[in-house]
Amino acid sequence: MIGLAHYLTVAAALFTIGVFGIFVNRKNVIVILMSIELILLAVNINLVSFSSFLGDMMGQVFAMFVLTVAAAEAAVGLAILVVYFRNRGNIAVEDLNLMKG
Amino acid sequence: MIGVSAFYILSAIAIASAFCVVAARNPVHSVLFLILTFFTSAGLFVLLGAEFLAMLLIVVYVGAVAVLFLFVVMMLDIDFAELKAGFFTYLPFGGLIALILFGQFTLVGGAWVEKKVAASALAAPTPAPDMVSNAEAIGRILYTDYIFLFQAAGIILFIAMVGAIVLTLRHRDGVRRQNVMAQVARNRATGVELTDPAPGQGIRL
Repeated sequence: MIGLAHYLTVAAALFTIGVFGIFVNRKNVIVILMSIELILLAVNINLVSFSSFLGDMMGQVFAMFVLTVAAAEAAVGLAILVVYFRNRGNIAVEDLNLMKG
Repeated sequence: MIGVSAFYILSAIAIASAFCVVAARNPVHSVLFLILTFFTSAGLFVLLGAEFLAMLLIVVYVGAVAVLFLFVVMMLDIDFAELKAGFFTYLPFGGLIALILFGQFTLVGGAWVEKKVAASALAAPTPAPDMVSNAEAIGRILYTDYIFLFQAAGIILFIAMVGAIVLTLRHRDGVRRQNVMAQVARNRATGVELTDPAPGQGIRL
């Protein structure tokens, strides 16, 4: 029988792959954004599986809000990416030191 | 039985395609694998009994976010092979971090003890599935108890939309645009000019 631990393991694997993707694609902002989407997806799977196994609808409502914020984040992130490409001609993250923060 | 095999098939595809997202050489393939990951995750949501969120995942992620990614990847003219160069340099370190992280997650998940939670401890107990559908159950608490958070989510989306438009909108010089106000404000005096040129001579406009 499939229990909560199975779903948590899948979510943990997806989260780990997302973090791994951020590490190995240091130069490519687009893949980093996709990795962030994977991480948020893993969080959503966690929320929904807890919601399902505990019998509490709150987790699904919260997953919906996470989905909303993820969509907003992707839109603004990609807009920043397009503007950056327009100004610099590439999207190498290693050159992102314009502000010398 | 079919639920068990469906879970293993869906989760195997989800994890494999998620790995392909970060490992693919071509970012267009990455986006397509991302779409596959979202679809299989939606299948997992259906297995969990969250049909509404599964459909939302397909509509929002596959229909909007992944298409946005695809659009940006295809619009930017970038040498992606060069961006992929450091992959094997960071592979050992990233793999180590990932293994440690996954081990910690597994330990935490293993420590979780499944036991019956008292109904009074739940924020919003799930109604019986044969009485109320999943979408209706979400709607009943989303539009009542969490209406302000729902409105806040709408404001977040609105601000994100305005922000994305403001960031990417630009006015280039030398582009001829329709000026509706000038067109509407034309009248006979400004639009028509009567001249009486002498024979054999042209007129200068």
